[in-house]
Amino acid sequence: MPSIEVQQLEKSFSSDAQALFAGLSFTLDSDECLCLLGPSGCGKTTLLRLLMGLEQPSSGTIHVDPALDAKMSYVFQEPRLVPWRTCLENVLLPLELTAKNNPAARDRAVELLQKIGLSDRLEHFPDQLSGGMQMRVALARALITQPKIILLDEPFAALDERTRFHMQDLLLELKARLQLQYIFVTHSISEAVYISDRILLLDNTGAARDLRSLPFRARNQSLKLTPAFNDVVKEYSSLFSEMEDSMKKSSAAQSKQ
Amino acid sequence: MIATIRLWIADKLPAWIFLAGLLSIWQLIVVQGWVAPYLLPSPLQIFDTTLEMWPDIFAATLSTAQSILWGLGLSLIIGVSSALLFFSIPIARRAILPFCIFFQTVPIIAIAPLLVIWFGYGQPTVNASAFIVSLFPILANTLTGLQETDPQLKELFRLYKPSRWQLVFKLQIPSAIPYIITGIKISAGLAVVGAIVGEFIAGGGLGSLIDAARTQQRVDLVFSGVFMSSALALSLVYTINLMTGLLFRNRPYLRKQ
Repeated sequence: MPSIEVQQLEKSFSSDAQALFAGLSFTLDSDECLCLLGPSGCGKTTLLRLLMGLEQPSSGTIHVDPALDAKMSYVFQEPRLVPWRTCLENVLLPLELTAKNNPAARDRAVELLQKIGLSDRLEHFPDQLSGGMQMRVALARALITQPKIILLDEPFAALDERTRFHMQDLLLELKARLQLQYIFVTHSISEAVYISDRILLLDNTGAARDLRSLPFRARNQSLKLTPAFNDVVKEYSSLFSEMEDSMKKSSAAQSKQ
Repeated sequence: MIATIRLWIADKLPAWIFLAGLLSIWQLIVVQGWVAPYLLPSPLQIFDTTLEMWPDIFAATLSTAQSILWGLGLSLIIGVSSALLFFSIPIARRAILPFCIFFQTVPIIAIAPLLVIWFGYGQPTVNASAFIVSLFPILANTLTGLQETDPQLKELFRLYKPSRWQLVFKLQIPSAIPYIITGIKISAGLAVVGAIVGEFIAGGGLGSLIDAARTQQRVDLVFSGVFMSSALALSLVYTINLMTGLLFRNRPYLRKQ
């Protein structure tokens, strides 16, 4: 049974604006991790928000497996930490709001913060952390609820390269260890190829190219240095460029009319 | 530590030098007979009068301080509760807030005689006068603070489906705290004005002492009363700073204004 099933999705923010997605349909199987890739303004964030229920579709349906509905978590594009709460308190916030905060949860939060390299910052406030550190706390906050699916909106864009690689590997580890599924928005084709099983390449005309079955099993950072990996990245980069070119042509044609 | 003291001295010294200079010129003008002492007594004469009349001045100051604390305390309780009510029930805000604003525009000196009719001569009228003038800044600031809760944080909370109370106590009230502190500081200054005006009409405290000294042509005593009112206002603001600093010593963000 698919975890998520999207049918004929459309979203418009005003009556005279062109609708996003134009009838997008796809399903996400229960063992898949998906990356949403596409140029700026194509609706990647909007699609993620629609999947989380933060926006309502103008038409079409989104069906989430009821067993997973309460087990979804979300990481925003910006950290959104509560400024008067410490790192640890920020991580525990979802459990406080769902009345699941207990000493065991606190231990889990400390463990998560250790995993993301912030064990010495438990009592620090957000304004005492760098942007990258704040983003890592936001990721820990999303993981504390032990979600089955996590939706991430460009969460690693602000991180330095070393930390970004570490976070990518953490996601892959969680996927393997906890069968965590994720839907990930990114601008980086290499990142998309590395961490996902499947890529949905979106453009703003509503067309989406579904790039399935990435051919890699065991993944670690050294994979990025292999010719096979770089060939896939090149192939998808040229697809991405083709898509951008056709978008430019169609918008030029529209402006001539 | 020494660096901190140096910084403090560098910050405050110019004001103290200016004050010393001002008092010296004032003293000189009176001693030289350029201004008659019955119009402008010298600073030393005012100091002597304050010492000589200290029991009366201290009792009057204590009485005014009591009224200020009553009025300000009541404003804090009613102002914050009303702001919460107006925030939670928009129709109550639309119905009542315009009248609060209208009420705020009526000068306290015009209302004070009415207060005497209702509460009689003495402290209840003075308390009411201090309360009336100090209510609105706390109410308006709290309401602004509640309304200006960061929409991104509201959206974050929405992910975890909080109860109405969780939203109020874990997000909206903490967001409003810096605004409430600003409101209390504005109201503290106004409460001193309200109490003194109330005492002019209803008797008692520094207001009555200043008024009586005026009728007896004791300009030195008038100055003593004025300086004590000013000292009262300053110590009130200092106490508020100290209390908020202590109350939120572990939450630096909440002390930011």
